[in-house]
Order: sequence, then structure tokens, then C-alpha cells
Amino acid sequence: METAQLIQIIAFVVINMAVFYFGGKKFYNIYKNVNLGKDKVIEGDRSERLKNVILIALGQKKMFKEIVPALLHLAVYLAFLITQIELIEIFIDGFTGGHRVLYNAFTELSFLKGIYVLVVNSIEILSVLALFATFVFLARRNLLKVPRLVRSEMNGWPKLDANIILFAEIYLVTCIFMMNGADQALHNNDYPFLLSKGFSNIVLSGLSEGSLHIIERVGWWGHILGVLAFIVYLPYSKHLHIMLAFPNVYFASLKEKGFMSNMPEVTNEIKLMMNPDTAFAAPADGTEPEIPTFGAKDVQDLPWTNLLAAYTCTECGRCTEQCPASQTGKKLSPRKVMMDTRDRLEEVALNIRENGVFVDDGKSLISDEYVSVEELRACTTCNACVEACPVMISPLDIIIQLRRNLILEQSNSPEEWNVMFSNIENNGAPWKFSPQDRFNWANEE
Amino acid sequence: MNIPTMAAMMAEGKKPEILFWVGCAGSFDDRAKKITRAFVKILNEVGVDFAVLGTEESCTGDPAKRAGNEFAFQMAAYQNIEIMNAYEVKKIVTTCPHCFNILANEYPELGGNYEVIHHSTFLQQLINEGKVKMKGGGEFKGRRITYHDSCYLGRANGVYEAPRKVLEALDTELVEMKSCRTKGLCCGAGGAQMFKEDEPGEKRINAKRAEEVAETKADIVAVACPFCMTMMKDGVSSDDPNTHTVKVFDLAELIAQGQGLEDIGM
Repeated sequence: METAQLIQIIAFVVINMAVFYFGGKKFYNIYKNVNLGKDKVIEGDRSERLKNVILIALGQKKMFKEIVPALLHLAVYLAFLITQIELIEIFIDGFTGGHRVLYNAFTELSFLKGIYVLVVNSIEILSVLALFATFVFLARRNLLKVPRLVRSEMNGWPKLDANIILFAEIYLVTCIFMMNGADQALHNNDYPFLLSKGFSNIVLSGLSEGSLHIIERVGWWGHILGVLAFIVYLPYSKHLHIMLAFPNVYFASLKEKGFMSNMPEVTNEIKLMMNPDTAFAAPADGTEPEIPTFGAKDVQDLPWTNLLAAYTCTECGRCTEQCPASQTGKKLSPRKVMMDTRDRLEEVALNIRENGVFVDDGKSLISDEYVSVEELRACTTCNACVEACPVMISPLDIIIQLRRNLILEQSNSPEEWNVMFSNIENNGAPWKFSPQDRFNWANEE
Repeated sequence: MNIPTMAAMMAEGKKPEILFWVGCAGSFDDRAKKITRAFVKILNEVGVDFAVLGTEESCTGDPAKRAGNEFAFQMAAYQNIEIMNAYEVKKIVTTCPHCFNILANEYPELGGNYEVIHHSTFLQQLINEGKVKMKGGGEFKGRRITYHDSCYLGRANGVYEAPRKVLEALDTELVEMKSCRTKGLCCGAGGAQMFKEDEPGEKRINAKRAEEVAETKADIVAVACPFCMTMMKDGVSSDDPNTHTVKVFDLAELIAQGQGLEDIGM
């Protein structure tokens, strides 16, 4: 074995171990952070959940409400999916120092070789489509400034994050064509990969064998290093949806969107109150019963499914685009609710890592720094955001839990709502009418 | 109008097939009371075996729940479920999508299990069964109607087609707004917004919806919710010269007009 080859194998092994360690640690942190949320019973039929995963996560069904972005996204998605197959060979080559180990292992005209050729050709065609899509995406974000992509919550890191991912896509496709194109040129264009053959003929013709060899190596290493860097980058990025969309869709509610959970802790309180045996009695064992926290003030008060959803959010803004409050210039943006939840969760998790336990930092998810009272008040609970999300995130589910905390724990309610509550409690209607007049409509005209 | 109450029927030893849940808006709001009466006229005309709770009905708790006051909601639900279970209610029809949603989706866990149907679906069934027939007086000829989806009917419960099918029974032209069905723009009343001032913003949500109405050049906005009624009525009757002649009617009123049961003042 040549020294150069040996050095490459060692470098490959070391880099992979580093990625496994650092990436693994960060992913494990995300797992732990999601588990900072409260337990939640996952109700409903498992087969229906799996059907959703196949149709909505894998099949991207909800993306197709907007056909142009859906097709562009599909190109990137399929290119990404099918490239995973070629990565198998890249890893084998990397660890063994071989070159196209699988291609050479499959004998001529065998079924496996046919599949191999089909896969590589598909990767090349989809990569070109994905490249086109990426340029359109960059234009939509930075030149056309599609409204949902440029709202104020996208300023700073979120915008940079989105552009980094798009440039990474261009970089990866370039590497693939350097790798495959130079390989073609080095093998007299014998590989039956159509696009890289063209690339080799047009761009790489006339280069010396030495230069071609360097281009091939730069492409190969550039590609795999890009992929590995992407794995380490993912946990910091909105791009986590490529993995978390699947569990998020699986765990999403199967009930009608109009269903809003009935708080069992409230049902219990009411049952105790309504039962004459328990209403005025002291607890049997003499201890004061533990009073539950109503609603959610901070991220730890939310069920873990909401926290998973926060990490799943890709910040596409379809929710905010459809939100009636956002559309009429109110402060509320459902996407921002998801982004705030994730940011606050990261902050709480860091606090716990540094202190061993959570030390009160005087902040909470409900606050002017994160989700403000004004934003919470603007929601009409219309479910437009829930309907719009391609990966079944419900910003409304978080909003209502925060609202519950405002009302039930903090007694923070607009005066008009307090009047409405007391009307419902005292005269059975949200307005100040006597219950005795409720049937008067029958005699009027 | 013949409007039996559950109490009166029980005294006679009778149990109606269906309870008409009127709701707070339908009972107290002057505009919504007209919808209630129009729907009762249809029920009477068809001969539906129904009753109302009358003064025994009270708020389902929807605005309290959506505002975040789960206590007020569950107390209200507890009371209503006790009354309806005492009358052994099996089936409910209601003209309010908020009542429909909460009775159908949230009452069962608390012990209130009923078959709940919104009046749009109920009217569609009556039309399909041939029980509701249009007189064909021609008053709908040449009119453009657009239907405003109620969030708690559409997205919340997937009822998009029934109201449109009901409108198709009228001899009229049905046009859709820019955002409709799953993308239907809210009227701005839900989530207890009806009961407080708007948060600061550029415009009211119903004003934005009224702009979409204007784009359709419709003469009539059909709604299926008493809260959408209030919001759309206010929205179109603003100073906008494009919409101030537009009238807003509930499905029940349009059908009652079509049947010749009343003159709703189209």
C-alpha cells in the first residue's frame, strides 16, 4: 500500500471518530433537552401514525399545497436521499483505501451493477436539479425576498443559517461532479454515468492525468468532509427537520384540529370541589395536596412533544404566512413561537449543564425576550398555522398552554376577558344577560 | 313557530329525536337571533322532532377555554353535561361552529357523549333527502354569493363541502374568495377575540377579509357562524365603497328565504 493511501485511510478514520464524538454528543444533548419536557401519553392508533409518517414526512404530502416550492424542495430532498446510497461506497472506499469498491465488485452485466449504475445516474441528474433548486431558493430568500422568508424574526442567525445550508448544497454538488467527472476522464469515459461523462468531456478535457487525479481526490475528500461537517453542523441549525420531521409527524396529534386538550388537573380539582365528601375535608394523611402548575410558563412546563416540534421547525414561515394576526400586522408570528421555544430550551439546557440543576435565571418562555403577552393575546385559535405546517407542528398547542398559565397562574388577563369569565360563571353567557331571558328569542320578531 | 322545550316534552313523557343547541349568540345577539328563528322555521316546515333547552341552556365555555380559563370552561361543561345527560340527549344540532366543536370534541372526555352535527351538515342532509325544497321564486337569480369558511367548522373539523352544497341548492352563482377552505382567512372573532379589543396592528382581521370579499364582486356573503356574522357584517359595512352594499346572511336564512318561509331582506 502506498504511503499516500495509508495517510488517507488514517485521516479518514480519525475524522470520522471526531465527527462521531462531537456530533454524537450534540445529538445526545438534543435528546436530553427534549426530555426536559413533561411526560405525555401518546394516544391513538399506531398504524395511523405510521401512515402519516409515510404520506406526510416521507411523501411530503403537505408540501404540495404550494406546487413550485414543493417541486424544488422535492429535487433537493430526493438528491439528498439517494446520495445516502452512494455514501455507503464512499465510506467503504475511505476505510479500505479502495476505489469504487462496489462498482468493481459487481461483475459486468449483473443485476447489482445495473442498480449501481442507475443509482449513480439518478444522483447526478437529481444533483443538477437540486443545484437549480438551490439557486432559486437563494434568489427567493435574498433577491425576490418572498415575504414569509424575510420577516423580522429571520434577521441575524436564522437568515445566515438558511444561506449556509444553501451554499453547502452548491458545494456538495460541485464536489460530486469533480469526483465523478475526473474519475470518468481517468478511465477514458468508460463509466456509464451520463452527466459526469458530459462534464468530463466539456470541462475537464485536455487536463493531464496528474491534475485529473488531484481533482478527483479534491472532489472525493471535499464531498465526504462536507457531509461530515454537515452532520456536526445540523444540531445547531434549523435543518434538523431532515431527521426530526419523521418522529415529529409520528407523535403529532391524530385528533380533529379543533380539539383542545381538557386539562386533567383541572378536572380533578373540580371533582374534589363538587364532591361533598372531599370539598371541605382535609386530606386523609394530613399533608397538603401538591398543587399542580397550570399551563406552561417556561419550556420545562411543556410536554416533550412540543420541544421536539421546536427542534423540528425549519423556519419556513408557512404558518406565519397564513396566520390572520400576522397578516394584519399584529406582533404574533407562529414561527417565532417555535423559534423562541427552541432558543429558550437551549438556554435552559445550558443553565442545567453549567449548574447541575436548573438555577432560576429570572427568565421564562413567557417574557418580552421570548413570547410576549401581546403575541399570545393576538391568537384567534383559527388553526391556520397548524394546517399550514408541512411537518405537523402545532404552534397553537404551545400558545394555548402559555395562555393558560397567564390566566390560571398569573391572573394576567385583559379586563374585558375577566368580565366575560365572570359572566359565564354567573349568568351562563359571555355577555351580561339574565339567564331568564335566554329563551326570549322565541317570542320576538 | 313551534318551539318545544326539553322540560315541556319530558313533562309529556316525550323525548325528541334531536336537541337544537341555540348557543349564547343565537339566544342573545339581535342579529344571530334571526338565524335561530330562520332555522326553527325550517325545522318546523320539515317536521323535525326537536326541542331546545330554553332557559336551561348555558354557555358551553368555549370563549373561556380558548382564552386559557380551563376552570371556567370545565365548570360550564360540568353543568351542561349534567342537564343534557338528565334529559338523555343523544343527538344535537347547533347553528354555532364553536358550540359544535366543543360539544363534539371536548365534552366526551368530560362525560358528555352525543352525536353532534352542525346545521350546515344537517341542512345538506335535509336537502339530499328531498325534505327541503326551494320554491324557486327567482330571487337568487343573477346574484353572486361567496362563502366564508368558519375556522371551527373547516380547519377544526374538516367541514368544507356541506355549506357549499347547501348554497348550490339555491339558484345562484357561488364564487370563492382568494383564501378559502383549508386556507380560509379567519374573521377575527375566534380564540375569545370577540370579547376584547384587538392587539395593536395595521388593520382588523375582518377588514382584511372584507377586502377579499370585494375582490369576488359578490352581492352576498354566506356565513355559517354567528360570530363570523358579526365580524363580516362589520367588515363589509365599513366605509369601503366596494363592499358597503354587500349583505351577510347565514345559510339557514338563505335556505328559509329559498323555501319561501320568510323574507330576509335580500
